[in-house]
Amino acid sequence: MVTTGSKKKIVGLKGGEMKRQLSTEREWYSQLFTEFERSLNGESKTPLHAIRKEAIDWFSDHGFPTMRQEEWRFTNVSAIGEIDFKTGIPKVEDIAPTDLSPYVINNDYNRLVFVDGCFFAGLSRTENLPDGVTVKSLQEAMLTDQEVIQKNLTKHAKIDENGFVALNTAFFKDGAFIHVSKNSLYEQPIHLIYLMTEKSKESVVFPRNLIVAEQNSQISFIENYISLSDTLYFMNPVTEVVAGENAVVHHYKIQQDSLNAFHTSLMQVYQERSSNYTSHNYAFGGSIVRNDIKTMLDGEGIECTLNGLYLARGTQLIDNHSVIEHAKPHCNSRELYKGILDNQARAVFSGKIQVFPDAQKTDAIQSNQNLILSEEATVDTKPQLEIYADDVKCTHGGTVGQINKDGIFYLRARGISADMAKNLMIQAFAGEVTDRLKGESLKEHIVTFVLSQLADGHLKIMHLP
Amino acid sequence: MLSIKNLHAAVAGNEILKGIDLEVKAGQVHAIMGPNGSGKSTLAAVLAGREEFEVTRGTVSFAGKDLLGLAPEERAREGLFLAFQYPVEIPGVNSSYFLRTALNEIRQHRGLEKVSAMEFLKIIREKLQLVEMDEKFLKRSVNEGFSGGEKKRNEILQMATLEPRLAVLDETDSGLDIDALKIVANGVNKLRSKDNAFIVVTHYQRLLNYIIPDFVHVLYQGKIVKSGDKELALHLEDYGYDWIKEENSRSERW
Repeated sequence: MVTTGSKKKIVGLKGGEMKRQLSTEREWYSQLFTEFERSLNGESKTPLHAIRKEAIDWFSDHGFPTMRQEEWRFTNVSAIGEIDFKTGIPKVEDIAPTDLSPYVINNDYNRLVFVDGCFFAGLSRTENLPDGVTVKSLQEAMLTDQEVIQKNLTKHAKIDENGFVALNTAFFKDGAFIHVSKNSLYEQPIHLIYLMTEKSKESVVFPRNLIVAEQNSQISFIENYISLSDTLYFMNPVTEVVAGENAVVHHYKIQQDSLNAFHTSLMQVYQERSSNYTSHNYAFGGSIVRNDIKTMLDGEGIECTLNGLYLARGTQLIDNHSVIEHAKPHCNSRELYKGILDNQARAVFSGKIQVFPDAQKTDAIQSNQNLILSEEATVDTKPQLEIYADDVKCTHGGTVGQINKDGIFYLRARGISADMAKNLMIQAFAGEVTDRLKGESLKEHIVTFVLSQLADGHLKIMHLP
Repeated sequence: MLSIKNLHAAVAGNEILKGIDLEVKAGQVHAIMGPNGSGKSTLAAVLAGREEFEVTRGTVSFAGKDLLGLAPEERAREGLFLAFQYPVEIPGVNSSYFLRTALNEIRQHRGLEKVSAMEFLKIIREKLQLVEMDEKFLKRSVNEGFSGGEKKRNEILQMATLEPRLAVLDETDSGLDIDALKIVANGVNKLRSKDNAFIVVTHYQRLLNYIIPDFVHVLYQGKIVKSGDKELALHLEDYGYDWIKEENSRSERW
């Protein structure tokens, strides 16, 4: 769809439309930043603004990552730099609750809704939250919850992580803010909906989420990226999560962007002693998708679980990169990522487990398994263990395979059609991940979606959802 | 019910079945014996519709239909059942869901109403007793982590649930201890009726002490070289297959 290669050239866009590129991405975003600064009144004196400037400077020096960098060896993101994505999508006025309803997982869930990157209070719902649980837009929180903000915002996700994080830091305006104070708990997930309309064509949005669970608290939230059209836009979120001592955090991400969109994200997690963090990362949409998830286990007795499922079809590229840093002794990490690929799709998995010299008795298990439904799909899977302690238990493994033919025959020999047999096998493969979802409506929502993507033992190519 | 005429089949260009003729009528139990590599399992696989095997000559009609023209699932829906020699483990596919789906596909084909999860539970409980299996098994993935005996009993459970017209048991007795063997045989005997038929493929006579066959056929080098009643099986038990091999090499020489 978009040609790749050097900058400053003619790029073919959907529908045969041609557009001449005038600048490199470094020049383009620096210029956008100058405009952005001009639009700020007084805010340019704040400490946050100094960080934004630092971020754009870093970006001007480095730009987007290239395949020459080890962590980007299999993922060519140059296509993202070839389009001059705009910021400031004209505000949509006509989103009705009925437009939203197909995406509502459970009407009882509280939710924050962002349309084309802007917070929509009218569609959001924050009711019956217990004392100590704060759910609001980040923009509002920057005025009302300054202590938590100053302590955490931009403090965990590092600007020099990569150009995407730098850009988000330079430009973000809004996102979700969840704060759970000491000893508070709220079990029902909070649904964060990032809805993109067709007005988002060739625009970029920078959602910035901050979730802070203080000591002995518990919280659950769903980051859900949705598109109402098949527009080409650039979704570039950064989510910072802090799990305080003995806190429990369930983090769900359901990425259902337009199949023409770019999605690059960072989830940066900081865990304190005895905390328990679980991530469920579902990647379905996007043409080029890169998820970075980094967790820092900075205390003893921490549990960290990373689950993931990706479906890639057509010419989609879905790349999941995780880094789990075991800094202290007696921590467990469990990681299971599974992928289903069809057509010419590509998937990349990289899972790095770092065990610091202090982190004795680390117990880490990592697995990446891929099911390929076509001859042309490809997977690059790269587990990496970096162990600097001597009394640890770490295992990892990666597999790539096709549907088991003997299994298909066995099912058919019992009267089940070939198509249904294949779908059952694919479903079973995904089931190992979806079985780990908590909450009936959330599980049903995701399982139903996965099922809706299967036909005749293949992945459908269609608009999501 | 089943009529096999001059059946030839090959895998990867090697002819394994070299002209099989067999008539099976409702109410009958046929045992097919023979030394290793004689083509017993190939015959079972060809009947079930395994694609690796290519039928090069001959015809098979089943309940008036051209069996070889049907897909494996269509054969199953017509009432053919293969108890696998090596049942396949299918992680993630729930046993109960699998068997109910299969039952409903077959019922639908027969013009019967589908059974609900509740109705299925009632049916399956009764069948579980037949093969002395615990209800917990229903929650497990198909054959995953089952012992050899459990897998074979699971085949009989499926057979009992799906109520086929013709069941082909492919070495269901191999590797079973005597208790499991009795359970399997008992399952088959309880299901025997004047309306259905069984083909019991086995390497050993032992199973035939519990499932009394009406006919015993000896398969050797891709052909049925001898047919008889249960006495033939006992003779094989006492004298082995060497005399069969000898008789045939002599006839080949002549």
